Amino acid sequence: MIISVASGKGGTGKTTVAVNMAASLQRPLRFLDCDVEAPNAHLFLNPKIRETRPFSVPVPEIDEEKCTYCKKCARICRFRAIAILDKAALTFPELCHSCGGCMAVCPESAISEIGRDVGEIAIGQSAHMEFIHGRLRVGEAMSPPLIKAVRTYEQPDMINIIDAPPGTSCPVVAAMKGADFILMVTEPTPFGLHDLQLAVGAVAILGIPCGLVINCSDIGDDRVKQYAETENLPILMEIPFDRRIAQAYTRGELLVEALPEWKASFRELYGKIDRMVKKGDQR
Amino acid sequence: MKELVIISGKGGTGKTSLTASFAALSRNKVLCDADVDAADLHLLLQPDIRQKTDFTGGNTALIALDRCTQCGLCVEMCRFKAISGDFVVDPIDCEGCGVCVDFCPEQAIDFPENTCGQWYVSDTRLGPMVHARLGLAEENSGKLVTLIRQEARKLAEEKGWGLIITDGPPGVGCPVIASIGGASALLIVTEPTVSGLHDMDRAAQLAAHFKVPGMVCVNKYDLNQEKATEIEARAAFYHMNVVGRIAFDPAFTKAMVKGRTLPEYEPQGDASRQVKQIWQQIIASDAMIN
Repeated sequence: MIISVASGKGGTGKTTVAVNMAASLQRPLRFLDCDVEAPNAHLFLNPKIRETRPFSVPVPEIDEEKCTYCKKCARICRFRAIAILDKAALTFPELCHSCGGCMAVCPESAISEIGRDVGEIAIGQSAHMEFIHGRLRVGEAMSPPLIKAVRTYEQPDMINIIDAPPGTSCPVVAAMKGADFILMVTEPTPFGLHDLQLAVGAVAILGIPCGLVINCSDIGDDRVKQYAETENLPILMEIPFDRRIAQAYTRGELLVEALPEWKASFRELYGKIDRMVKKGDQR
Repeated sequence: MKELVIISGKGGTGKTSLTASFAALSRNKVLCDADVDAADLHLLLQPDIRQKTDFTGGNTALIALDRCTQCGLCVEMCRFKAISGDFVVDPIDCEGCGVCVDFCPEQAIDFPENTCGQWYVSDTRLGPMVHARLGLAEENSGKLVTLIRQEARKLAEEKGWGLIITDGPPGVGCPVIASIGGASALLIVTEPTVSGLHDMDRAAQLAAHFKVPGMVCVNKYDLNQEKATEIEARAAFYHMNVVGRIAFDPAFTKAMVKGRTLPEYEPQGDASRQVKQIWQQIIASDAMIN
């Protein structure tokens, strides 16, 4: 079971929902923080990190002893990561998408690949959870390769909870594709609704079942609920605005620990998702 | 020409509400919404779209099955596992690298250009605005951000105005990097939470990396005053001025529901007063004057 927690708009409570649902379940599971540009789940789960691995992507290295400056590599590269001058070969590794085209096309076998560090993956344990997160190096542009690398730690026969990045483009898609269920967290405001609609559109392209958590459910207006009704999006949980919840969050406390009465609700949230996915599998 | 870009690292700290408020407090400026993934500024400014242009970026492989001999070379060479066993390209996985296109011995793979969004030049009651909409699940957000920032600059130059206010995206990756290059100053909007601090730190590192001067403001500071103080100390570590604190105030949400900016909705309120002070600090800062 792979559940990806996403939102469209940032700051609606993705991490809150993901970490508290994970903490409320009393069985082994994997928690994967795929918001690699701004990873926050560790601040609430305080995992004991036992291993940190550098994450690198392959980029070309040109051996100028062998290079005849024929420019075939520069021509195949759609990302302008190679420039061949009269008697010089230049690479721009930060533009490289690691497609391997240059290496394959080079008639002189002058191109090999070297690793370029773009971030790291940390692996640890937090109570009953195996915790994995990716952390993009600041200054690096491309997060999808790291997100995909974090997701190689999924264990399909276990519960996997993914904390996805905000937005609706390639990083979010990388954190949602192949999941069994997308849990959307939103707030009932015009910004929340607008970005929810975009995110639900992206989920529809992927064809994954989806349900909604409405956070700060008593602020704003009721247009999110109307939208959920017309779109047949099940509302699986509502969390009202409560200064105590907001303050526990500021300190990095789990809601299910600061206000234990929430534990049953988060467990039930998982129960609802589990039932929806199993029902979908039968169909 | 001065350009202020509002970023945050963490999403949902109040970037767009502040950008819109600054729009209400300033004159002779162009507005730019660089959060092309999940643009929201238009919800407060109700733009009148004057010009609409398709944005093309990148290509996607398309196998012509009538020319394909199913040799399997493309499947083997695609690093992104975008081609299925029955030779259909998944456009979501396709990176647009063209390796399959160039190596196909039958030249059976087409490579059409993608229309991956639209960008707009609009009029709003608070001044002209350049904004965009990236198609769902699309790539190339960085290129689209670069494009609309250039257009905002052109528009400001045409009008002879010296100010652009740009609403940036969350995170620190591709679209954020495209939003801050060459900016005069950044405002990092954060909140007094463990995640607000953690992500503000990364945004500050990014500003330092690209050598753009930054300022910091703490929104909802009264939710945790200790954390607010910690954030301000971190700002000082990065040599960034703290331009102000804003208390948690439901007026922001109420204004949003009405489709108004805070200074328009509640000009005499506490939050409006704090925002106004912040704006005055920003326009009087070295980075925005010199």
